[in-house]
Amino acid sequence: MRKILAIWAAKISAVLGVVLGKKSSSTPGAIALKICPDLIKKLKGNIKNQVIVTCGTNGKTTTNNLLYSALTKCGYKVVCNKLGANMLTGIATAFALECDVFGRLKADYACLEVDEAYTVKVFEHIQPDFVIVTNLFRDQLDRYGEIDTIMDIMKNALKKANFPTLILNGDDPISSGFGRDYKGDVLYYGIGQEVLSRQDDVKEGRFCAVCGGEQKYNFRHYSQLGDFYCPNCGNKRPQIDFEATDIDLSNGLKFSVKEQRFLLNYKGFYNIYNCIAVYGAIKALRIDVQSFEKILDNYKPQIGRMQEIDLGKPFILNLAKNPAGFNQAIETVMQDKRKKDVIIAVNDKPSDGTDVSWLWDVDFEKVADSTLNTISVLGMRKYDLALRFKYADVKVDNITDNMKDVLLKCLNSDAEVCYVLVNYTALFSTENLMLEIQKEKERNK
Amino acid sequence: MADYKITIVHLYPNLLNLYGDKGNIECMKKRLLWRGIDVEVVTVIDDEEIDFDKADIVFLGGGSERELRIVAERLFNKKQQISGFVENNGSLMAVCEGFELLGKYYYIGKEKTEGLGILDIYTEISADGSRFTGDVILECDGISNKVVGFENHGGITNINDYTPLGKVLKGNGNDKVSGVEGVIYKNVMGTHLHGPIFPKNPELCDKFLLNTLKHKYNDFAEFSPLNDEIENLANQYMVNRG
Repeated sequence: MRKILAIWAAKISAVLGVVLGKKSSSTPGAIALKICPDLIKKLKGNIKNQVIVTCGTNGKTTTNNLLYSALTKCGYKVVCNKLGANMLTGIATAFALECDVFGRLKADYACLEVDEAYTVKVFEHIQPDFVIVTNLFRDQLDRYGEIDTIMDIMKNALKKANFPTLILNGDDPISSGFGRDYKGDVLYYGIGQEVLSRQDDVKEGRFCAVCGGEQKYNFRHYSQLGDFYCPNCGNKRPQIDFEATDIDLSNGLKFSVKEQRFLLNYKGFYNIYNCIAVYGAIKALRIDVQSFEKILDNYKPQIGRMQEIDLGKPFILNLAKNPAGFNQAIETVMQDKRKKDVIIAVNDKPSDGTDVSWLWDVDFEKVADSTLNTISVLGMRKYDLALRFKYADVKVDNITDNMKDVLLKCLNSDAEVCYVLVNYTALFSTENLMLEIQKEKERNK
Repeated sequence: MADYKITIVHLYPNLLNLYGDKGNIECMKKRLLWRGIDVEVVTVIDDEEIDFDKADIVFLGGGSERELRIVAERLFNKKQQISGFVENNGSLMAVCEGFELLGKYYYIGKEKTEGLGILDIYTEISADGSRFTGDVILECDGISNKVVGFENHGGITNINDYTPLGKVLKGNGNDKVSGVEGVIYKNVMGTHLHGPIFPKNPELCDKFLLNTLKHKYNDFAEFSPLNDEIENLANQYMVNRG
């Protein structure tokens, strides 16, 4: 009875949320867990096949949602926390909303994105069969602590879940370490050739996780990801099971995995990792996917993942919340050779991380090339951004709180494209404003 | 007037780089260059000999456990040199773990570790491993604006009778109870604060740079003022938010 009550409460809360225009996808689950703390435990038995969890600093929402799309396109019913609410409450929301009004759940798979720091707690309620780890980068030290702390938490969680099969990024000397001496099965994915010319520094994972010696690279993609090896003890990038080769970034993303060629209309080199992680998971699940490439191509990125919104000219909205994410976003922006306006917004609410020191670890200097038209900075820490640019010798054109005004300014500028890079709590409001402008334009047609 | 030149030695930025510390280096460098003072930044990466005679400013940042262990071992062999540099009024800026490292002892993780003993201070940790995390506002002698920063440290530092960097108006500071943060000794400035600390506190940065210049050049009088509008806006935003 409590279970049905909890599910009803969650459903009503979700409907109210939609009516009130609130996009919180953790509130319904929080309410449901208050009423029935065992809700997830009670429902997990109804997942017919496997539970796949995705963790990692960057790329987990995209990876999880790509996997969800692939599975649903194959006709399966899947429980998924699509909106990226990745703590216990968000997962409870996903389960409750997937139930019918009688509190019954029929599903083939569960694809769950889980915040690394919450893995122990979540795995107490539901034990995954597969865990995909995208990468581990330095992120919000005030919330998460150092990477070693996160590694320890996750190792505990994996033990608690009785050693699920791991699907790991073999290019990451940090997170691929989960596979070392692991008691379950491990599969690795990776990018098998040098693609980008590297200048950024390796901030984490410089030292061999086995012996502490300084690691070297045959080639490196970005941050600590690449074909690493330790000259001291011989520890190296593991044998890769799903390797992307023949990579071409000249127009979208082109690459091959085994015999399959992928031609995707995506932006961002890092999306190759997200695609091959999902490809690996599909293969590991032994699902026969006929047109994986088509599924990938039809995949609509979640809000703010290089999301293109047409306002008469393209506006590209991207979520970036830590140095690795921001540097990759800037890299992607600079690969676009059109004349561009750039808008950056940074807040420092608790879910953003309240310490903005990391802004100084982002290579903002790179933004200023000949294709740059204007830079605008917004958000609670707009002055910190302006200051960062001042010391990078880059002229900032607007420092303001009025996002709509800036979007309109950029719409009317003579640039061909506008990139909007925001961190977490600035994301939804920015997207809303962009859609609002889009509607207004259509009305005035 | 490039008759003046300052050499900044940045110690192991590949190991100690936890909180945007390169912003402090960039800030010192630019504020000197904007005034026509020549700057050289020497970056020490490997475990090599360091010529402290050529250094005007030595910068020591914060790092994670594994990296800190490597740095601690390297610097331990150089403690006489560093001590000599400090006693001779050389300028040393040390942030977070770099600051704790200057004392008699401190902790790397849960491991009590002998410090460089440059200053007669020491750092304990709390029994439950809790950390001081959040925005900090300080009042510092000789600085008209408040000094703002962000603390994230497990260390509880006792600075004995040394002069602190400032009085804590918001946050925990060295130990939550003494009401002070950081340490000043001769031309040494130690603090738990990042942000990084210098860019949003230009007066503090200038004071540190001016001390350095006056120590090196007897005839150096005063700095020409800079336009610190953005710096002050970023600072005031944090102060007003309280």
